Amino acid sequence: MVNKQQKITSIKIGGYAGQGVKSTGLLLAKYAVRSGYSVYDHTEFPSLIKGGHNVMQVNFSEEAVLAPQKMSDMLIALNQETIDLHINELKPKGIIIYNSDSNINLPKTKKVSFYGIPLYRFAKEAGGEELLINTAALGAAISLMGGNFSILQNLIEEEFNKINSESAETNVKAAKAGFEYMKEKHSADIGRYLTPIESVSSFIPNMLVSGSEAAALGAIAGGLQFAAIYPMSPISNILHVLASNQEKFGYIFKQPEDEISAINMAIGASFAGARSLTATSGGGFCLMTEGYGLAGMTETPIVIIEGMRGAPATGLPTWSEQGDLQFVLHAHQGEFPRIVLAPGDAKEAFELTRLALNLADKYQTPVVVLLDKNICENDQSYPLFDISDFRLDMGKYINKETENYMRYKFSDDGISERSVPGVGNFFISNSDEHDQYGYSTENIEIRNKMMEKRMKKLTTCEEKDMPEPKLYGPEKADITIVSWGSNKGSILQAIQNHPNVNYLHLTWMNPFPSHKVKEILSKAKHVVDIECNYTAQLASLIREKTGVEIKDKFLKYDGRQIFPEEIEEKINSVGGTL
Amino acid sequence: MKESGYLTTPCSPTWCPGCGNLNIWGAFKSAAIEQGWNNANTVLVAGIGCHGHILNFLKLTSFEGLHGRALPVATGIKLANGDLNVFVFTGDGDCFGEGGNHFIHACRRNHNLTVLIHDNSLYALTTGQTSPLSPHGLRTKSTPTGNPDEPFNPLALAIISGATFVARAYAGDMPKLTSLIVEANKHRGIAVIDILQPCVTYNKTFTHQFFRENTYYLGEKYDPTNREEALIKSQEFGTKQIPLGIFYKVDKPSYEDSALAKTQKNILKKSIQPQAINELFKNYT
Repeated sequence: MVNKQQKITSIKIGGYAGQGVKSTGLLLAKYAVRSGYSVYDHTEFPSLIKGGHNVMQVNFSEEAVLAPQKMSDMLIALNQETIDLHINELKPKGIIIYNSDSNINLPKTKKVSFYGIPLYRFAKEAGGEELLINTAALGAAISLMGGNFSILQNLIEEEFNKINSESAETNVKAAKAGFEYMKEKHSADIGRYLTPIESVSSFIPNMLVSGSEAAALGAIAGGLQFAAIYPMSPISNILHVLASNQEKFGYIFKQPEDEISAINMAIGASFAGARSLTATSGGGFCLMTEGYGLAGMTETPIVIIEGMRGAPATGLPTWSEQGDLQFVLHAHQGEFPRIVLAPGDAKEAFELTRLALNLADKYQTPVVVLLDKNICENDQSYPLFDISDFRLDMGKYINKETENYMRYKFSDDGISERSVPGVGNFFISNSDEHDQYGYSTENIEIRNKMMEKRMKKLTTCEEKDMPEPKLYGPEKADITIVSWGSNKGSILQAIQNHPNVNYLHLTWMNPFPSHKVKEILSKAKHVVDIECNYTAQLASLIREKTGVEIKDKFLKYDGRQIFPEEIEEKINSVGGTL
Repeated sequence: MKESGYLTTPCSPTWCPGCGNLNIWGAFKSAAIEQGWNNANTVLVAGIGCHGHILNFLKLTSFEGLHGRALPVATGIKLANGDLNVFVFTGDGDCFGEGGNHFIHACRRNHNLTVLIHDNSLYALTTGQTSPLSPHGLRTKSTPTGNPDEPFNPLALAIISGATFVARAYAGDMPKLTSLIVEANKHRGIAVIDILQPCVTYNKTFTHQFFRENTYYLGEKYDPTNREEALIKSQEFGTKQIPLGIFYKVDKPSYEDSALAKTQKNILKKSIQPQAINELFKNYT
């Protein structure tokens, strides 16, 4: 944060679908992590471009990297299209590595250095034909950046031995050929920006996780007992992680027939006493809205992870948006208490998913963890998550027979003692309005008291569990940015170079830290709201909760990430008018 | 005979006099008393419709969910706690209109559930509209000139979807219904009973008299283990031709018996394993 001259190296890999862009990118990202660098990577699948063009950008630095970068230092072009589409995204003196065995038209420019590598020949010699071109290119790129072959070799062996030993062998050969070729032909050009950091010989490498993976790990670390998830971009990786670890950690994962079933199964399991979760994107959440309110009415704890993508309808399935905030705050008929948390990166996704399981149990109500596609699918490196400070909290919970038990007993904090079937306590978890035992009722007095009891839980949660929002940067600033979700990383990177700008990062959407937000924003000289949606949904929420109207908004709804460069432009344009 | 007092709640049934739900309620209570179903071993789930009121009249822990969603809730309960007897009360509108998809998949997965379908062949709680099981031509408030749609066949659907215990009962024959509920509950896997019940207020076609005159019990010669025979039998429905009893029954491992690993059979008692989680993190380095 304080390092104004942070040197971030950005490598972009492009090719058509099937050329292994993602696997090559992940190898490069992991290579950088194991060499001691901080890493942030992201993938783009521009689905409208013929041929299924895929791009992945890997960014690394000796300091923490928090966001994708608009411009890159190097392009690893597995095909012509990558050069044509992305050459303008190269920084001055940028580098392009391409396959000199195929018919590539190199643009006439002196701003870029081209390195042609006989990738097809290397791939063929290694025994894998076209499938090995990406690995040969990776070997060449890492060589040019001053990398260490044995780290790469270890990684390749680990990854491809999962398939078979032959695959590992041929990939090592191809990588080695690319690596050695670069060393021989261009030894004078070899840099040192991916050379293993000296002090890392004894270090524990960072973990490289996407937000989806982190949320799934957070669920496991939070004592998950049951998850039912129907696949949907961008949360499918949550499902994959949970499916593959269930036997080891002794929870149940089930892929149901649809999202309606997913949330109802999770509610059933939770009613039976299991810590339960489901996950989906906006479209699936539409189907879940009836179950959302069912959990609220029956006071059944449940965590719902909602990974936002471009919408409405099928929308932009592989791109990002922050258009569902007001939806999750209001979905379902009528009123019930809901807790809505919005992580800003993978680490927050881990922590808040884990916390959500505790909050759901404590307040016996649905908790939404609202992610966006960029958080879900971008990878970021972190020191191993610390789980030592976490304590499982089931709240008011009875698992033995109790005389005159009342499931919905009125209480000052709105929370009644929860019991489960099978322990001998009679109760009805009732979707109809009900009395303290759960019997259906339409009695006016009971209805009012029951409504007040349920809604009271939010006030209790606000008082007992909601932290103050985090303000990054100086306490007093000329410009205060307020935002949420994956914009966090880009904003933090952008304000590194602007000591007169601070950032109010909001993660608690309901209950909402109205008092503190009002205090900060009403004192601020100039406030800019940054969001990836059309209607500035966070700004609306802030106005609703605090009365503060934010006039200056930077909104983006093209599905693409907000880059740090764009935020700096915005800061500079505002700065000129102050 | 044991006392039925332990099942009594402060709520009195709100069904119409003569409603088939009263018979189903009575038969279920008899079965519960006989088998000792209580709050230590049994849980009930219902959807929305006249049938769902039953939960207020049985002092057994229960979950009253949403219209059509009783099966997924029950599935979640059974997966989380396999020791519980899980009963699903659902109606023909609840189970086959709003909840049709869940029914197919619950049968396919063969969860260890007992499903009691209160089948009055129309929507009664909403004051008499057509349901997916209403006969063609039935005049209801939503089909004043007669139902233009054909009903589908719940028994055939259950059999082809993979249910391992498929039966039909008539609510008015309470002793038979009681023993069928007991037998269904003993079956390991999904047990579906389509219970024909008159709606005395809105369905003037399917009356008690109609069912008494037109139903018969599958005899001892009928082989319920033959799937093809069962499918053929399930097509039979007409004057003096409505079979009752177990159409199909096969022993096949239930989802809970076959799909869960040892570590997943007792999830309510699991504890967090920090050591294992730290190991898991290392997979991402």
